[in-house]
Amino acid sequence: MNRIRSAEISDRVASFMLGGSAALVILILLYIIGYILIHGVGVVNLTFLLDSPRLGGAEGGIFPAIVGSLCLVAVSTLTAVPIGVGAAVYLTSYAPDNTITRIINFSVECLAGIPSVVIGLFGYAFLVVYLGFGFSILSGGLALMFMILPWTVRTSEEAIKAVSAELTEGSLALGATKLQTVRHIILPSALPGITTGVILGTGKAIGETAVIMYTAGSSLLLPGSIFDPVRALPYHLYILASEGISDEMAYGTAIVLLGMVLVINLIAVAIQRKFQSR
Amino acid sequence: MNRKAERVIEVSLFASATCAIVIVALILLFLIKEGAPILLKLGVRNFCLGMTWNPIAIAGEPSYGIFPMIVGSIYVAIGSLILAVPPGVACAIFLVEVAPGWAQSLIRRGIELLVGIPSVVLGFFGLVLLVPLIRENIGGCGFSILAGSIILAIMALPHIITISADAIKAVPATYREASIALGATKWQTIKGIILPGARSGIVAGVILGMGNSIGETMAVLMVTGNTPVLPEPLYNVLEPARTMTANIVIEMGYAAPGDHQQALFATGIVLLLMVAVLNLMSHHVLSRIGVER
Repeated sequence: MNRIRSAEISDRVASFMLGGSAALVILILLYIIGYILIHGVGVVNLTFLLDSPRLGGAEGGIFPAIVGSLCLVAVSTLTAVPIGVGAAVYLTSYAPDNTITRIINFSVECLAGIPSVVIGLFGYAFLVVYLGFGFSILSGGLALMFMILPWTVRTSEEAIKAVSAELTEGSLALGATKLQTVRHIILPSALPGITTGVILGTGKAIGETAVIMYTAGSSLLLPGSIFDPVRALPYHLYILASEGISDEMAYGTAIVLLGMVLVINLIAVAIQRKFQSR
Repeated sequence: MNRKAERVIEVSLFASATCAIVIVALILLFLIKEGAPILLKLGVRNFCLGMTWNPIAIAGEPSYGIFPMIVGSIYVAIGSLILAVPPGVACAIFLVEVAPGWAQSLIRRGIELLVGIPSVVLGFFGLVLLVPLIRENIGGCGFSILAGSIILAIMALPHIITISADAIKAVPATYREASIALGATKWQTIKGIILPGARSGIVAGVILGMGNSIGETMAVLMVTGNTPVLPEPLYNVLEPARTMTANIVIEMGYAAPGDHQQALFATGIVLLLMVAVLNLMSHHVLSRIGVER
């Protein structure tokens, strides 16, 4: 009887501890977001969002950095999507089970595992110096593309694999070619999944710093073309905080960055929901 | 559409799939091209085990030894795992075995958000809150291995939870039911059946977390102090340290082309090798379980 009791007690204690660690995770999250919100919410207003920084960012706003981030994410997404979705279509619908396919899969895994700072180094040596793109939106965007490409391939692959085999086989049985099946059956059905993956990918790209530090440059001016340097939000935040330029501005920048990531995630969730309810 | 067009599109799909191979090959090529000369000049041994990093020597020869940085990287990574694994695994158990539906979706959303927080924001949080907190309450200058480990632990938590939860879910339901049917309590089942069953998966997750932590840059950079020397004494986690990633990012800004810049690319090679070995180990463990089940 005693043993059963003690087993019951330890069961209770254990459930409590397990629940406690789950609560800890949520509390850490809320604390971080809350702390930054409380300290920075006073800074964020329309002037902050739409004004140019003055005195190296100690005053004024962060408009060029917002534009810079959006440009970088646009270049990386616009290049990652055709390549990534193309690769995913190939791997799911065409690839024979041979050595080349295995090497492709292995390379995707490798690329996903490469630390962002190494991709940044490579971007500097290859894009900035070797190809002569200089510190520019193009260099930074392409370097970010290298980083999000594996993610784009894998999420698109999953979305395509989730398309029911019956649909695909039905299309092929009706005499459609492989390409027709991919275009009219597989891609439309996989579109919501692919879109969700792509949007989450932009969320990863927008917060990335090490990749763009030595590829996109750190100009605080508005870019005029894709060959101009920009300073993205995360890099701006890093400089503001680590060089002690202005904690206040840094909090504000952090809120804007967090806000963008949050909005991107919410959009992805909304698309997923809409798709699931269909 | 005719056969020829089909063929063209098939080839271009194949081409986009090979992009990954090309990019990885280019990354290796350029890292080696830029980093190998200094490794050959100094010797891999001297570079990796050298104790002094002094790239801009005012008097005498500059020296490039990254041993303190290798130790720094491993130090903060292990520290982060010590802090993140127990609550992470416990949270995974709770998520899969205990939590009611509403708590499950709450935790899942929370994990997704935590993953989404950019590392530079976490680093900033560490800089403004954690560093002063450590300085005032525990001692040292605040910028420390401890601060780096805590911030990395926060970053590692979501990954450890996700992978452990997958491993726990993969334990066959029949095991669990058999244990409960024999009269074991839930905790006894978790301790005696589920954890041993999920052990390899959890280990794989921990190794992967180690790789991620070693490769992480911004968050660590902002809170560890970045002095390129070994902590003194070695076990003092309140001392500052510099990781390999931080070394690259800090010095790329002013490194002149030549030995100094090459030494940073060589640091990248060492970093990449360490992360690759850890990732391969983790994949090996995961694929072995995949085969077994």
